[in-house]
Amino acid sequence: MDTITRRRFLTASGVVAGAALAAGGTAYGLAEILGTAGQRVPGAKTLVLVTLYGGNDGLNTVIPYADPAYRSNRPQLAYAADQVLTLDDAFGLNPAMTGLHRLYGEKRLAIVRGVGYPKPDRSHFRSMDIWQTGQPDRPGTTGWLGRWLDAAGGDPRLAVSFEPVLPPLLAGARSAGATVPGGAVQLPGTVTTDLLRSFGRPSAGEPPAQARAAACFADLVRVQGLMHDVASAAADEQDSAEDPPATGTGGAGPPLEAQLALVARCVEAGAATRAYSVSLGGFDLHADEKTAQESQLAKLDKPLAAFADRMARTAAGKDVVIAVYSEFGRRVKANASDGTDHGTASSMFLLGAGVRGGLYGEPPSLTDLDDGDLRHTVDFRDVYAMLLGDVLDGDAEKLLNGWTGRFRFD
Amino acid sequence: VSHVLRRVTFGPTAAEIDAAARADLSATVTALLAPAALPKPPTLGPGPVGALAEGASRADRQKARQVVRQQVADLTWWWFTRMAATGGAAEKLTFFWHGHWATSVQKVRSVRLMLRQQQTFRRYGAGDTGALVRAMLRDPALILWLDGQRNTRQAPNENLARELMELFTLGVGNYTENDVKAGARVLTGWRVDRAAGAARLVPRRHDDSPVTLLGRTGTVDVDGYADLLVRHPAHLPFLAGRLWLRYGSDEPAPAAGMRRMVGAGRSATAMLTALATDPAFPATAGHLVKQPVEWLVGAVRQLGIDTGTLTGEQRKQVLAGLRTLGQVPLRPPSVGGWPAGAAWLTTSSAGARLRSGQALVALAPHAVETIAATARDERLDALAHLLVVDGWTGRTRSALAGAVGEPRRLLALGLATPEYTVH
Repeated sequence: MDTITRRRFLTASGVVAGAALAAGGTAYGLAEILGTAGQRVPGAKTLVLVTLYGGNDGLNTVIPYADPAYRSNRPQLAYAADQVLTLDDAFGLNPAMTGLHRLYGEKRLAIVRGVGYPKPDRSHFRSMDIWQTGQPDRPGTTGWLGRWLDAAGGDPRLAVSFEPVLPPLLAGARSAGATVPGGAVQLPGTVTTDLLRSFGRPSAGEPPAQARAAACFADLVRVQGLMHDVASAAADEQDSAEDPPATGTGGAGPPLEAQLALVARCVEAGAATRAYSVSLGGFDLHADEKTAQESQLAKLDKPLAAFADRMARTAAGKDVVIAVYSEFGRRVKANASDGTDHGTASSMFLLGAGVRGGLYGEPPSLTDLDDGDLRHTVDFRDVYAMLLGDVLDGDAEKLLNGWTGRFRFD
Repeated sequence: VSHVLRRVTFGPTAAEIDAAARADLSATVTALLAPAALPKPPTLGPGPVGALAEGASRADRQKARQVVRQQVADLTWWWFTRMAATGGAAEKLTFFWHGHWATSVQKVRSVRLMLRQQQTFRRYGAGDTGALVRAMLRDPALILWLDGQRNTRQAPNENLARELMELFTLGVGNYTENDVKAGARVLTGWRVDRAAGAARLVPRRHDDSPVTLLGRTGTVDVDGYADLLVRHPAHLPFLAGRLWLRYGSDEPAPAAGMRRMVGAGRSATAMLTALATDPAFPATAGHLVKQPVEWLVGAVRQLGIDTGTLTGEQRKQVLAGLRTLGQVPLRPPSVGGWPAGAAWLTTSSAGARLRSGQALVALAPHAVETIAATARDERLDALAHLLVVDGWTGRTRSALAGAVGEPRRLLALGLATPEYTVH
């Protein structure tokens, strides 16, 4: 039979974003690769990718407070110069972002302004597909980190998400990252590793979905080993009665703080994982935005700053790079339900190993607009290329379908 | 036949399969998709959020939230038991529409309005989508969920108009940004009266100036907008694609099958009939991952668990399975609904099925007895029969072999097998 049968899954929108995943599990079964993946290459870096679902309002995050057009477009929503956390004489951070502001002062936070892509799409789902696949022209069937995982050998332990559902960005053509919500997969006592192994074997000729279901058991064996040391303090899912907030636009997972705590434990335990995907939802604020966004940004700022500080304290943590993005920013002009509608380019944040703090990227003009929206000045694939090449030791050009641009700290 | 029943209904039992096998396929499909009577809704009590006075105290708000939480739990359980009791195509279609017009109680904060929306799906979901879209544009829960009541002549809010075209009727790429702006204007002026449980148009908030919308210029009202949408050439292919995604396969629909569905016309019943009787449909067996709700409802029905006798604690335990698998009714993760396909196949969901399976079997003494009463060397076949699985692969047979001596364990593992995870 075909060892590799392409299959698809669909993202929330029903837009085909999916992945071609391995059928038959043979793509995973390369013992040699798995054996080496268990040992970290000394000096190898780790990427922690933070996805903000819902379209975070970039102009009220990295605020162009000195620009008169900022205030005139958003009379009720704008922050005054004395309210922002100053970055320079033109830009300041949202007042809720005290932790990241401190890191900026310590030259540890890089802010890349004007990040976007050509012909921006204002659908949450389509735009998120574009960011997660890294393919603005036509979002394909694999995620940008999934393609990296394929090239790195396909061991699901290399790319881990703590969300309950696989984010498309971790879906490769032949492999997929592991999802480990809560950090531990609890199994009934009667389920043995041998049993998981036998369920995990491929069966010739079975439908791809069924083959993938079987492969999950094989992955489970590996993930069990990875998580053994970090599972002890993980919260019991049954006890966490609080639901994650409904966000309208995705990113309903455990709190960011909990996800980052698990990442920290894995990193400190020397796990083989090279890429972690974490997320925070709830940024789609069409109405009454100001206080809601502040509370959202606080939910980002506090855990992220604490995580960066924690990572700076250990040798393993010093190899970690953090990148933060959202699927789009918001319209320049407020919509007068005191919110903003879907927009385009926004800022990305970078922190950690090799990151030189500061402001990067040409800030988009607030007056020379594309149908009411910002024109992007940095293609997000430039940033991806830097992350793939400098952090994950991948062939960025190949993984980004021939994209040759690369963001640099200079 | 078993394939059709597995897809069109919610987890058929072995007895239902046997009964259906005696009739011919197209008669079975027609009978399955026959209109169902509207169920008597549960008594849920008044909605406390609507009753809150302006400037109510913190304690009062908290109390209201608690009451709502209990009401949500009650409605969720009522719906779940309805799915498990009837198992019918009608409830499955209601769940399809819930995932399609994905509205979360977490923002709506009223079970009454969520139930009203659900009844709208039952009333119009099987028929002409024109009537459904017209009804949904007046649906209070949807209006609250997508900021429709913030959408006024003075301050248009595009949220509802955009999702209406992108996710509910046409699909991305079949409308322009200007259509979104024009659509938002047509939808201005609706207000939700929580106390009355209804939405009404407030003329002074409504913008009735002419617009250019989907290629037509003129004054358009809400029904006119709904009609433009359902008559748009992209509507039927879009809807057929969405139905295929939930009823057909995780792989793209074959062109001929898609043409047949589109040709069946503007009704989910007609499209599903075309899908289930399509010559290519049998080959999709095993190519669709069960959604967690389908998995759980099927397990409860096939194990013969009597949901009426469960204690509060046991109910929680049953529904906890949905939470860990990531699909809680009334709480879709986003307006795009739940994911499909391989997104449900993760290491954590494999673990969750193992755990949840064990908890379910503990509530099913009768099914355990059935297996225990079977000769050992026939138990794997009996398990397949009970769980309406066409057969086990050699892989799964040998994995289960060690458990044939323990009927409880065998049943629990059966629910987690790769074969049972798909349908």
